[in-house]
Amino acid sequence: MSSPPSAPSAPKPSVFAARDLTKVYRMGEVEVQALRGVSLDLHESEFLVLLGPSGSGKSTLLNILGGLDVPTAGTVTYRGQNLTSADERALTMYRRRHVGFVFQFYNLIPSLTARENVALVTDIVERPMRPEEALELVNLAHRLDHFPSQLSGGEQQRVAIARAVAKRPDVLLCDEPTGALDIATGVLVLQAIDQVNRELGTTTAVITHNAAVSGMADRVVTLSDGRIASDRRNSVKLSPAELQW
Amino acid sequence: MVIRPLDRKLLRDLWTLKGQAFAISLVISAGVAMFIMYLSTFHSLRLTQETYYERYRFGHVFAALTRAPMNVLERAADLPGVARVEARVVVDVTLDVPDLTEPASGRLIGIDVPARPMLNDVFIRRGRFPALGHPDEVLVSEGFALARDLHPGDSIGAMINGRRRELSIVGIALSPEYIYSIRPGELIPDDSRFGIFWMHGRGLAAAFNMEGGFNHLSLTLLPGASEPDVIARLDRLLAPSGGLGALPRSLQTSHWYLDNELAQLQSVGLVLPIVFLLVAAFLLNVVLTRIVSVQREQIAALKALGYTNRELAWHYTKLSLLIGAAGGVLGTVFGAWMGSGMTAIYNDFFRFPILTYNLPANVVFGGVAVSFAAATLGALNAVRRAAALPPAEAMRPEPPARYRHSLLERAGLAHYLSPPVRMILRNVGRQPARAATAVAGVAASISMLILGTFFLDSIGVLLDQQFFVIQRQDVTVNFVLPASARSLHEVRRLPGVIGAEPLRAVPARLRSAQRSRIVSVQGLVAEPELNRVVDVTGGAVRLPPGGLVLSLKLAEVLAVGVGEVVTMEVLDGRRPVREVPVAGIVEEYMGTSAYMEIGALRRLLGEGDSLSGAFLRVDPAEADVLYQRLKGIPFVAGVSLKRSAVESFQRTIAETFYVMIFFNLLFSSVISFGVVYNAARISLSERSRELASLRVLGFTRGEISLILLGELAVVVVLAIPIGLLLGYIFAGALVAAFNTELYRFPLVVTPRTYAYAATVVLIAASLSGLAVRRRLDRLDLVAVLKTRE
Ligand SMILES: Nc1ncnc2c1ncn2[C@@H]1O[C@H](COP(=O)(O)OP(=O)(O)OP(=O)(O)O)[C@@H](O)[C@H]1O
Ligand SMILES: [Mg+2]
Repeated sequence: MSSPPSAPSAPKPSVFAARDLTKVYRMGEVEVQALRGVSLDLHESEFLVLLGPSGSGKSTLLNILGGLDVPTAGTVTYRGQNLTSADERALTMYRRRHVGFVFQFYNLIPSLTARENVALVTDIVERPMRPEEALELVNLAHRLDHFPSQLSGGEQQRVAIARAVAKRPDVLLCDEPTGALDIATGVLVLQAIDQVNRELGTTTAVITHNAAVSGMADRVVTLSDGRIASDRRNSVKLSPAELQW
Repeated sequence: MVIRPLDRKLLRDLWTLKGQAFAISLVISAGVAMFIMYLSTFHSLRLTQETYYERYRFGHVFAALTRAPMNVLERAADLPGVARVEARVVVDVTLDVPDLTEPASGRLIGIDVPARPMLNDVFIRRGRFPALGHPDEVLVSEGFALARDLHPGDSIGAMINGRRRELSIVGIALSPEYIYSIRPGELIPDDSRFGIFWMHGRGLAAAFNMEGGFNHLSLTLLPGASEPDVIARLDRLLAPSGGLGALPRSLQTSHWYLDNELAQLQSVGLVLPIVFLLVAAFLLNVVLTRIVSVQREQIAALKALGYTNRELAWHYTKLSLLIGAAGGVLGTVFGAWMGSGMTAIYNDFFRFPILTYNLPANVVFGGVAVSFAAATLGALNAVRRAAALPPAEAMRPEPPARYRHSLLERAGLAHYLSPPVRMILRNVGRQPARAATAVAGVAASISMLILGTFFLDSIGVLLDQQFFVIQRQDVTVNFVLPASARSLHEVRRLPGVIGAEPLRAVPARLRSAQRSRIVSVQGLVAEPELNRVVDVTGGAVRLPPGGLVLSLKLAEVLAVGVGEVVTMEVLDGRRPVREVPVAGIVEEYMGTSAYMEIGALRRLLGEGDSLSGAFLRVDPAEADVLYQRLKGIPFVAGVSLKRSAVESFQRTIAETFYVMIFFNLLFSSVISFGVVYNAARISLSERSRELASLRVLGFTRGEISLILLGELAVVVVLAIPIGLLLGYIFAGALVAAFNTELYRFPLVVTPRTYAYAATVVLIAASLSGLAVRRRLDRLDLVAVLKTRE
């Protein structure tokens, strides 16, 4: 029951404030406790890395922050807006305006090319980047008209990142963006995320199984069995290229 | 124009689906084409009918009577509500057509040459109007002229009051009164044996002792006039002159048939397409629901990216609408083409001056609307699912399906089943709902096939009942006036006559409370050998010594049952009015009839051994001589031959039915192909991953095909009996919907029809199986295994 250390003296204002989040999945008779009381604040422009063993509730937490799911109990606010009491429509608008997602399984639309997958997002938001610009950012300018099935896993992941950042989101949520990638490609992907975080000041949360990645974070939170096991701040922030895998 | 990325996805999805989408479009187009075909034909006929009636001043009320002096006409004109009245002399005679040994009848209608008839005017197709001072000049109806190859300049012999007179044809004419011309007392039109002649009224009246009088009257009503009131007053006015009861336009023979036909077109045009479109909606539902479940992760991603439920719902609805629109366009084009063909067929059947095909905008609009309605209906379930999909959950891959041992295996037969057979059974058993859906779809298509074709069986039975079970006579002779028993002996002695039975038919109005019908009550011997009274289930009926035997339909129209009493107002002779009990009810397929034992009828009429006609059985070897003799007998007004009736039934009514049946058949075959192909494609898309894995494991193409096609076979085998039963039930519903005063179609589905339906589905299944097999052979193992589903 470690009460997470809140950051009263945080340098920047709070973007997310999560309080006592629990999430219970019911599958017939069986109940799965995915989150057991998580409280967490995320600050403006912060780069957060979420660590933890498989099944510890990382994706669940990220989905709740991103307005994809609602907790069973507890509250989350985004810049003062209560996400837990918001209805489906309000959550959709929240995702549309503020959140960039990078999913664990890329989730590109197979029938659309890289450019079109990005355009899917730029089509529905105000002041987006051009799709080409976003793909340039992840070094995919030469793969604009390829379909997902014609791209490698890493390339697909980078398209997913381009798609997430193209709307210039206020928060960027990435679920294992390097899970399926080799080191070199993983670095490319992380560089892209890092760049968005630095250049656009996007508040960023990245889930990873690779503890080494935490070296590039401002802050590292570890989940274990639905609880926050540790929450620490990095004194030195490494660039992705400097990470020791 | 910039295509939005989501729409690009739509177009590419559609392209991937093209085979199935096309099959569904075809089904929709079949429904729409039927809708357009039937309803545009309906509108074309309706429009033509209305203009024709209007231009040629078709009457509103028609009355036949024995004879009235001209001053009655003036009194009729003075009746409140009457606009215009016209009186005529109308008589039916036997014709002598040179190249026709069999007698034909003619109806002679007097006109006031050189003036055009004020009501029921004629349209002259060719030739000219009869001229003054040439009393033998006549106009002949187009149907008869075409059937008998008569032209202006030809002449034809008619027995006019016992004397043969030569009528010279000067023109070919049509009239709104005879768009459909049928001999009195018959149910089937026969253009080659019934002709209408318009001729000098003066001469006609003189020949039939009607000078200064008339025996037929028609009138038009003032706007707002009450038709029943006018008819009631007219009947009172005409009763002393032997009025046979005035008929409103709605019961005028030609109009009544035409209206019946139109009503039938309209109801078929509404019912059949609805059934087809429901099938299409069902197919769309299956395909789209499948797509939504395949794309669940895509949908989740789109939702996560901020697409609203409404945008996604619209996305999938659009997919359905595009398929619907393709079907709508295709169906409209086909429907218009077939509609114009069908209208042309009606032109042979009904006689109009011009029958132009007309495709009204609202019919097209209706067709497009129903195709969109089907598409929307088909999309409903899929769209609901897409909208309800929780994004966070859908991001996770679907859990592996739960398999169970199949029923047969659990029954301990596992030992005897090879692994592929086991897989087939488990696949079917794994998703019983999906398998049930596929079975339901195929069964529905089988039922459509039956629905589209069973009318052939039905008509066959109807024909047989009417012409062989009921009518066992070869010839029916009608007399000009009721004759004595002596004439029956005379007829019996004619050459070639093997047997003869008397008929005393009398026009009468049967009334029960507010309901009434004018019918010809047929007096027959108690147990006729020739023209029998036969119940469709109970067999030949013996006429009771008193009371009426009504056909079931007439009993329904009058709302009377056995033991109840109807008022019988005889419209002939002394015009007695009697309360007569209903002694029996027989179910018949055609018309509405009333029978009475001939002795009882004669007593009711206060007559001795009178008869108005006779049924004859004829020795075929001497038939020609007999016909020749009959033409010359003065008291014979008309002769009808069963053989010609059967032929003309085949030629006219059956022909239109065959055309309809052909189209129904075409469309129901399209449906069954659509359904089966879809079922096959869907199981291919669901299984391709699994099958590709099996191929990688070393299974041969043949083996994996067996798994997939075996499943299809199971579905088809289960669907056939269900579909046959369903078809029988639908056929019953359609037969019930077609129950008119004109026909009641028997509910008969022969084994041939069942076999046909099953065969078409088996062929469809084999072809679909082949198509799927070809795709399986080209299965790209790497691609299939790479994509995550
Ligand atoms: N939709 C669901 N239904 C039932 N249980 C679920 C569902 N989603 C998650 N869970 C369960 O909740 C727990 C936490 O899941 P979550 O996906 O958050 O874990 P994770 O930390 O992201 O794991 P991984 O590192 O493997 O992705 C797990 O035990 C998981 O089985
Ligand atoms: Mg996870």
